[in-house]
Amino acid sequence: MLCERCGKNPATMHITRVINGQKTEMNICTQCAQELGHTLSFNFSPQLTFQNLLKGLMGQDVLSEFGIPGNVGERKKCPVCGLTEEQFINSGFLGCSQCYETFKDRVEQALRKIHGSAEHRGKFPAKTGGKIKVLREIENLKKALNEAVSREEFEKAAELRDKIRELEASLKD
Amino acid sequence: MNLLTNSFSPWMAGTGSDADIVVSSRIRLARNLKDIPFPHLMDENTANNVTKEIEKAISSRSFKQKFGKTEFFKLVSLAPIERQVLVEKHLISPDHADGHPRRAFACTEDERIALMINEEDHIRLQVLLPGLELRQAYDIANMVDDKLEEKLFYAFSEKYGYLTACPTNTGTGIRASTMLHLPGLTYTNQIPSLLNITAKLGLTVRGLYGEGTKARGDLYQVSNQITLGLTEEEIIENVISVTRQIINQERMAREVLYRENRYALEDELWRSYGILTNARMISSDEAMNLLSKVRLGVELKILPEIERSVFNELIVATAPAYLTNLAQRNLEPAERDRERAKIIREKLKIN
Repeated sequence: MLCERCGKNPATMHITRVINGQKTEMNICTQCAQELGHTLSFNFSPQLTFQNLLKGLMGQDVLSEFGIPGNVGERKKCPVCGLTEEQFINSGFLGCSQCYETFKDRVEQALRKIHGSAEHRGKFPAKTGGKIKVLREIENLKKALNEAVSREEFEKAAELRDKIRELEASLKD
Repeated sequence: MNLLTNSFSPWMAGTGSDADIVVSSRIRLARNLKDIPFPHLMDENTANNVTKEIEKAISSRSFKQKFGKTEFFKLVSLAPIERQVLVEKHLISPDHADGHPRRAFACTEDERIALMINEEDHIRLQVLLPGLELRQAYDIANMVDDKLEEKLFYAFSEKYGYLTACPTNTGTGIRASTMLHLPGLTYTNQIPSLLNITAKLGLTVRGLYGEGTKARGDLYQVSNQITLGLTEEEIIENVISVTRQIINQERMAREVLYRENRYALEDELWRSYGILTNARMISSDEAMNLLSKVRLGVELKILPEIERSVFNELIVATAPAYLTNLAQRNLEPAERDRERAKIIREKLKIN
């Protein structure tokens, strides 16, 4: 169907108006709709997609943003999955666990922007977590030690101090 | 498969803490295997190996003893409409239903524990419970995670934690969320400010169906955004405390509605009840909208008692793919509207 107003372009909009109980209907093209002021939802393809927002966080180079190639020769590539730095920046997705090492600087930057931190404080797997477990325990004991000292519970503090030394020694073995 | 024809899942029981407002609590953990490309980059061979390894981990005797028997299948073995039913039942994401051959799924018979295999990450583990029971859901997820880890080598870094395909999930890999029924805040126009405030706290609130402020059925989901730098417990506590605040606001809004507008409200709720118990054809949108009102009416004791589980089950039982799949043939929209009206009349019948 052609636009009922200009008769040139295909009609893409159906407009129904009710004024004082009088109903009028129109099939018009996008251009005419704009001219008539029905512009509410026209020609706006939002750039606010998840990917684009992430891209911003990845530290997209300003140069390549303007179509000027950066130092392409220095771009890294992950040895395990083959993901390139370009691909990472453009998609916001990493290719494998090794990518976290390969693109360390960019990943770190992105993590800080997304989470406000780049230090994991949560759970760790039993298999790989032996050392972390001890480190966490030392951290907790030190907190308890400070509290004990501030409450002047010196006997308890001494006990905690010994435990901390013991754990620290075990890490050196 | 019972999974596809049974509209009732345990998360719909309407039990648990604050079940007048909190429909369900969900914990999701993202996990990946070490040195294997993430799903979006993996070839078919790798995908099959990953799937096999995970299948092995969940079919061990000790896994079954602890968590019960599990169903396991590749999603390509299901028809598109069946995959859509799993989406409607909150067992898989819409992305996971796209028919890509790498995708697989496992869940326990009671549907409380579900695994999406090769979605965005190798493993997306979900635990879904009724009511505000996030801590309990995490305890279960944590145990399943430990059990899986006995057999699998996770991608983990001492510095960054669990490594995921997208940096938005790195660290704990946890997404803790609650599904809330908020008609009071909706009718008193407080949803926009709610969305605003929670964003400042590192949490998001979004409509469970549809976008932003126009949530169908007045169902909203509260969940954490930040996954790194906090412990799982801290993240869960944040979601719980914000959920509690919203619950309080919702209860107050309901009281105000009743106090200030009693007769108009009673009229509106009884009319909704009248339509649902008499309609012969009803669209999905209208059904969700009216069910929300009737549910509110029952909670306010304006309408006759109907169990909460009935409303929760109807969310799935009136959904388009579920209805079509149940009929075992292609339903015209008008036929589906008739089936939907029929199911609603049957379920709302007062004993």
